[in-house]
Amino acid sequence: MTFQMITTTRRGFLQGAGLVIGIAVAPKAFAASVAQGVPAGGGSGLPQMNAFVKVGTDDTVTILSKHIEFGQGPFTGLATLVAEELDADWNQMRAVHSPADDKVYANLMFGMQGTGGSTAIANSYEQYRTAGATARAMLVAAAAEEWGVPAAEITVEKGRIRHAASGKESGFGALADKAAQQTPPTDPKLKDPKDFVLIGKDLPKLDTAEKSNGKAIYTLDVLADDMLFAVVAHADHFGATVKSFDDGEARKVQGVVDVKQVPQGVAVYADNTFAALKGRAALTVEWDLSKAETRSSSELEADFAKMVAEKGIDAVNKGDVGKAFSEPGVQSLEAEIVFPFLAHAPMEPLDAAFVMGDDGVLDVYTGAQFPGGDHMAAAQVLGLDASKVRLNTQLAGGSFGRRAQFGSPYMQEAAEVYKASGGKRPLKHMWTREDDIRGGFYRPMYLHRMKGAIDADGKVVAWDQTIVGQSIMGKASTELDDSSVEGAHTLPYAIGNLRVISHNVALTIPPLWWRSVGHTHTGFAVETFVDELLQKVGKDPVEGRLAMLTNEPRHTGTLKRVAEMADWGSAVPVGRERGVAVVKSFGTYVSQIVEVSRDEGGFPRVHKVWCAVDCGQPINPNVIAAQMEGGVGYGLGAVLFDEVTLGEGGKIVQSNFHDYRSIRINEMPHVEVAVIASTEKPTGVGEPGVPPIGPATANAWRRLTGTPVRRLPIVPGGVS
Amino acid sequence: MVSFTLNGTEKTFDGDPDTPLLWVIRDFEKLTGTKYGCGVAQCGACTVHLDGSPRRSCITPISMVEGSDVVTVEGISGAEADAVHKAWLALDVPQCGYCQSGQIMSAVALLQLTPKPSDEDIDGAMAGNICRCATYQRVRQAIKDAAGMMEG
Amino acid sequence: MSVSRLLFIAGLSAAVAAAAGLAAGVSAAQDHTAATLKPASDFEQITDKTARAVALFEEAGKVIQHPRCVNCHPAGDKPLQGMGMHPHQPPVARGEADIGMPGMMCGTCHGPANVDVVAQAETIKSIPGNPAWHLAPIEMAWEGRSLGQICEQIKDPARNGGKTLDEIVEHMAHDDLVGWGWDPGAGRESVPGTQEVFGELMRRWAADGAACPKA
Repeated sequence: MTFQMITTTRRGFLQGAGLVIGIAVAPKAFAASVAQGVPAGGGSGLPQMNAFVKVGTDDTVTILSKHIEFGQGPFTGLATLVAEELDADWNQMRAVHSPADDKVYANLMFGMQGTGGSTAIANSYEQYRTAGATARAMLVAAAAEEWGVPAAEITVEKGRIRHAASGKESGFGALADKAAQQTPPTDPKLKDPKDFVLIGKDLPKLDTAEKSNGKAIYTLDVLADDMLFAVVAHADHFGATVKSFDDGEARKVQGVVDVKQVPQGVAVYADNTFAALKGRAALTVEWDLSKAETRSSSELEADFAKMVAEKGIDAVNKGDVGKAFSEPGVQSLEAEIVFPFLAHAPMEPLDAAFVMGDDGVLDVYTGAQFPGGDHMAAAQVLGLDASKVRLNTQLAGGSFGRRAQFGSPYMQEAAEVYKASGGKRPLKHMWTREDDIRGGFYRPMYLHRMKGAIDADGKVVAWDQTIVGQSIMGKASTELDDSSVEGAHTLPYAIGNLRVISHNVALTIPPLWWRSVGHTHTGFAVETFVDELLQKVGKDPVEGRLAMLTNEPRHTGTLKRVAEMADWGSAVPVGRERGVAVVKSFGTYVSQIVEVSRDEGGFPRVHKVWCAVDCGQPINPNVIAAQMEGGVGYGLGAVLFDEVTLGEGGKIVQSNFHDYRSIRINEMPHVEVAVIASTEKPTGVGEPGVPPIGPATANAWRRLTGTPVRRLPIVPGGVS
Repeated sequence: MVSFTLNGTEKTFDGDPDTPLLWVIRDFEKLTGTKYGCGVAQCGACTVHLDGSPRRSCITPISMVEGSDVVTVEGISGAEADAVHKAWLALDVPQCGYCQSGQIMSAVALLQLTPKPSDEDIDGAMAGNICRCATYQRVRQAIKDAAGMMEG
Repeated sequence: MSVSRLLFIAGLSAAVAAAAGLAAGVSAAQDHTAATLKPASDFEQITDKTARAVALFEEAGKVIQHPRCVNCHPAGDKPLQGMGMHPHQPPVARGEADIGMPGMMCGTCHGPANVDVVAQAETIKSIPGNPAWHLAPIEMAWEGRSLGQICEQIKDPARNGGKTLDEIVEHMAHDDLVGWGWDPGAGRESVPGTQEVFGELMRRWAADGAACPKA
């Protein structure tokens, strides 16, 4: 692949300090009415570019991140890959979001631009290094030409280009324009990992300062002159539509400009956010529930339970499970585990801004996890040619999967709202927290029926698991969705007779991947059930697992490491118990040990978590550790407190953080992380910290109290 | 008409007196560091200092702010704020960053009142600030580090 | 953390309250009838003075033991919320001066008046407020106690803030924060009756000898 160097002669990209990551204020030439918003590519009005690296005459090096930055660290990680091969100084590195382009900026594992599945580093590892190496070669070629010396004699170190014999030396900036004129090398050589100077180091993150002083710009912060603010009244039943509405009172609210019906509900437009909210509160909407889900969660669960006995899809069926259970001397264990719907609840609810640029192209600002999809959805809804819409990915206040949706239903709503406004004024559309918690696209509800057989020697000889729930990928009832069974049908434990059956349930409630996808429930079911089987035959949870992980060296590596960290087997303080779990997800292996006690309310209190992670070649161990800490907190909060339930008649019960609890600082355990040294290809860390924490906690809890966890969340109603 | 100061500058507001301070700061004064997260004082993303004390701006009608001094993350200053900023940078506390303005406003308020906070003090001050990325471990350590910097 | 600093802050918030006056955004007072709280006059037919005092206090107990009152007279360091009396969310603690912990005081969320919440959770219609919003000191904890125990507690100067019986009656009849129970803000069930009727029940109870229920 080749890379085009963009010089400062192209419009305005690198104009100095104002263009530091995330705080760029759009140049006035871009769109006179935009007061605040970060243009994709960092430079407004620039044509879409096949570029991952830009070298400024001011010596800054800016990488264009094809992946959205929402806390998992791609700005820092991708910049590290580029800086390593470019031999740049870390202090000169910057990062911005790339424009939306499903070809140029494709996730090489997806075939389209997208962030998800913990793939940002994994799919970019060679691509961004190659981009850096290409830029380096072109800078060296420029220096050779400028100085009249052989390129082979030129060295680059920490952002300085040198020719020792002549004593010539330069920064990148002075040679940037000339470098852009060079022919890119066809096959730039990448470093041997033993020569890495930046990869594997705890480099400071590029976006910390702006995120600590209020200057980082998120979609909610996009401002334009004469902006309209819009919110939509949504139904509190899934599948409900507007039957009729009365906007008389809403229109009387000071600041309300208009009210329009859109396919998703009733939109209220106002001169400021509060007026829009007040107008929405003053609406009277009658909803048509004729096509809505009217079953309650308990009715759904009963229907799921009936399906267990029906014929499902074999995800795996090896050996002879039926025979294994009927062998003489075999004892068996059964369990049914119920998982609730989970909302992602990112801190920044979904939002988007629409501002018509002075070049006649509509700028759309949003936290796009699938920028190409969001771009197309906006263009389609608005009836515009794709070239007349520019999608500007903004920093996003978390996502956890929420901002990645096929068909971009959120963007469809936002675009419908903009379309119905007539597009005369710039517009920002915002969801409230209630819109978010009640917005569907949940981690689906699942029911697992587990059955295990142990022979007379105490060996687990059969595993029979049935999983009932929605297919996140929208598969038909006869077609296996790997994401429903991942981690179960790929059970790492050597068990001769293994059967995993999947049932796809069709519901009106839209499903979605939620940080670690299928592993959110399969990891829990597998790791709690295997722990129970081991306990039943008196085996140690760590030793017992290791004995069954006969062909899994990386599971084994993290498990042994975490046991060392926790000094597994040593005395545990009175009133506490420990639990362990190991889950491989997205190519990354994570083992965790937790220490749990019973709190004053009678519920689990997790004090300490030891975590060992093997994600191949570590790029930035500090970012990896942060993702493990965050994954533990996110997963633990859900396991302890969270469920979205449908009440009588299908009405959604929860609505905000008071009844859809987030873990808080007083509930956060101390997490100690070890990153396993490795030169394997790097794999992701955004999600894999999540799956083990639930089962490790439940295992410790069962050993402490004798009560297995058969239903999540552990704290009923989420209030302890 | 409501008069107040925002980061030391005198301001007036003559719109709907029910308007929460949050939306006055964001939509009218165009200071966007203060965030919306829940609207019901559950998450703390909107925390500002009102007459020197932390206050959830999302449930503070502007009418209640008459004659008050409001300080946002953009205007926070002093030894505690400097130490908190330094500690936040050193530990790379933020992930998505969206809640961090609120975390910092609460942390600064805590240190102004309790220069050497215990874990219990930190829980007491910070449990109202939700971080969905769960950066809590680093928030806790950064507050302790900031306290150490002020001492040393 | 010094108590005086916290009290200083509390004083400030009271000043803010005064300045705010008739703040808009404040819940309109609701029209509560005395239907569920019998007036003191209803007890006149009880001839035995002690029995009458007990009956009067039991009637007043409908207010005293209402979650609106008990939620801020918790047995521990954390206030309760809602008719179900669950732990307060977000988690808060009383602190040294019963006005919260440094960095998250009561006043961080509770202002000088109830505040309507607009277009948010249907289960949170307003944030309650009062210029004096704080927790009852731990010695005045009512949570988990019988009405008889609370009655004895109310009479005991060591556990009632050093008040005489007259001062207790005056407090119940006229204190503004006590009065909040009858104007608890949108979406919140108020205590029965009116503060006037409640105050009269307490006054007659005291006048009749302030006898306490057995349990």
